[in-house]
Amino acid sequence: MDRSKKYMNPYLAGFLIGLFMIAAYFFSGEGLGASGALKTTVVAATDVVAHDYAKEAQFFKRYVSSPDQVPIKTWLIFEVLGVIAGAVLSAAIFGRLGSEIIKPPHISNKTRLIAAASGGLLFGIGSQLGRGCTSGMVMSGMSVLSLSGFIGLIAIFGGGYLIAYFFRKLWI
Amino acid sequence: MGPLFPTNIIGEELNLLLAFLIGIGFGFLLEAAGFTNTRKLAGVFYGYDFVVLKVFFSAAITAGIGIYLLSYYGYMDIKEIFYPQTYWIPTLVGGFIMAFGFIIGGFCPGTSICAAATGKIDAIVFVGGALIGIFFYAFTYESLWMNLRESGAMGKVNIAEWLGISQGLFLFLLTVVAAIAFYIVTIIQQRVVLKRNFKL
Repeated sequence: MDRSKKYMNPYLAGFLIGLFMIAAYFFSGEGLGASGALKTTVVAATDVVAHDYAKEAQFFKRYVSSPDQVPIKTWLIFEVLGVIAGAVLSAAIFGRLGSEIIKPPHISNKTRLIAAASGGLLFGIGSQLGRGCTSGMVMSGMSVLSLSGFIGLIAIFGGGYLIAYFFRKLWI
Repeated sequence: MGPLFPTNIIGEELNLLLAFLIGIGFGFLLEAAGFTNTRKLAGVFYGYDFVVLKVFFSAAITAGIGIYLLSYYGYMDIKEIFYPQTYWIPTLVGGFIMAFGFIIGGFCPGTSICAAATGKIDAIVFVGGALIGIFFYAFTYESLWMNLRESGAMGKVNIAEWLGISQGLFLFLLTVVAAIAFYIVTIIQQRVVLKRNFKL
């Protein structure tokens, strides 16, 4: 079997991710996240380009109002830099590094990329409205038994099953 | 005792270094489990690959039990850690928007960052889309989202307390449900893969 098709046992991977989640909470009091780092990137970029706008606008001002705060140096940014390094390390070990578009054979590259961009756009909006994504809100929320995490779980995965039929041509 | 940074036992620099190291572990495991492959992720919705469900629930249950025990035996003060407040309306609506994002785009933010870092072009495009989505949200926040985002506020709600059962019992039930789900989805996956002769 091709080495690049070999994956870690999912229960072991999940158990170990759970241990890292415990470590994140025990050492830093933080959950594992992803969309929060993207938001920080957007906030920092906007602050660099248009500080006067950012310090007045409703969405931005809670992050950039105090002048000494550097919004980029956050726990989540460092965590996501680690995520990038860890993913590259694993992909290098298993022989999965390399430029490619992953898609079912019957889908054109163009369709896959348009779908990926649209899905990203929706996930970006949804994660802000929902106060976090699958990791930062659902998985971290579930870890501390927050009701919010379980509502998010039902909305994202339950919602996914409700609509999967209508988008099946993208995948099967 | 814990959490160590919020209670000033460790300093900011060590805290950020730990963030980086914990991130490496998280990213490595997501990649090793196959989460940079968009087809494996989407499989959870079409029955041919349930790796997402298996990893996700194993992680949440492990962390849930670990954090509960740390807190129960007094090793960690749960009041000092990040605890998502519940705003049920925007979480439900936002979650449903994210469901569309997942089915159409084939990633969530964490998995797209991993996949983009390892060279998957569809993931790079997804991350770009997500950044544009956040920009769009930020610039239309006051007019479109602000009222909705603040609606349905319930404060910090623990699901076990909300259901009126103990946290230990809730975690036990969650584990039982997950174990049954793992067994059922494994059978479903075998059947779907056989029927469609599905190859990733």
